Amino acid sequence: MRLSPDEIIFWQMGFIKLNATIVFTWLLMLLLVVGSLFITRRLSKDLTRSRWQNLLEIIITTIEQQLKEVGLHCPRDYIGFLGTLFLFIALASLGTIIPGFEPPTGSLSTTVALALSVFIAVPLYGIVQLGIVAYLKSYMQPTFIMLPFNLIGEISRTIALAVRLFGNMMSGALIIAILLAITPLLFPIVMTLLGLLTGMVQAYIFFILAAVYIAAATGSNKRQSKQSSNLKQ
Amino acid sequence: MDSMTYIAIISIIIAGVTTAFGTMGPALAEGRAVAAAMASLAQQPDASSTITRTLFVGLAMIESTAIYCFVVSMIVLFANPFWNFAINQIAGK
Repeated sequence: MRLSPDEIIFWQMGFIKLNATIVFTWLLMLLLVVGSLFITRRLSKDLTRSRWQNLLEIIITTIEQQLKEVGLHCPRDYIGFLGTLFLFIALASLGTIIPGFEPPTGSLSTTVALALSVFIAVPLYGIVQLGIVAYLKSYMQPTFIMLPFNLIGEISRTIALAVRLFGNMMSGALIIAILLAITPLLFPIVMTLLGLLTGMVQAYIFFILAAVYIAAATGSNKRQSKQSSNLKQ
Repeated sequence: MDSMTYIAIISIIIAGVTTAFGTMGPALAEGRAVAAAMASLAQQPDASSTITRTLFVGLAMIESTAIYCFVVSMIVLFANPFWNFAINQIAGK
């Protein structure tokens, strides 16, 4: 039984392996970078604009609006990181409709890498926004007794981010594989549709959780309580 | 029965029990969350976008506990470290 695309190896030389995870990650990166380069080469400010420019503008404004709702008040500072996370995961799960495509997020190494980048980005943004002393003091909120719990929470939420995305993507692929053995006709298509939905929801969840963590690390207490009450509603 | 058989039997039973108990709690919790969201949607249809957004985030957070159990049972079934350990022991003999 194959659990992750790590086990498909295209090319090997010594200890350097080129497995499906790396290849499809590179393909997605190429698609995102070359696609946006081509689209942004001819930008127009007039009323007539290409449909691709419209598509990019819709994506950017929607992401910015979501970031504002979470509590990041100038989303332009964060959209480079958070928007890329969302687009990469969403494209990886959208690509599953192409036969032969293995989503790279179905491998634990990819999701751990994504979660680690969030783990590093949160203190970085916090230090840039608040300064190093104020940021380190935020670990001692409300009292210094909470320091170890805050540290544990920082690590456990990183693991949770990685395992959540990996488990969802892997379970989708696994269910389709099992159903192909039991009912080969029609039913796997329905599950693929469901997998598309969960893939998009998981991309959104990953993105919004990273945004919430960054908002909590950078924002003032007032903003934090407002955003957490938003989440608890 | 040798140790491999014991490891196989226990792994299969534990995988089933893990999935059974691990889906019970999240199923109840998701039902309550959706019921509460439905009630508040009926009361305030204007706030539907906020309610739906927070509902989806909450559902994914709840569901992730079931996903952890699923990942553990998959590891126990398909990538069992004790199984590999026993095989290495026998091969080393």
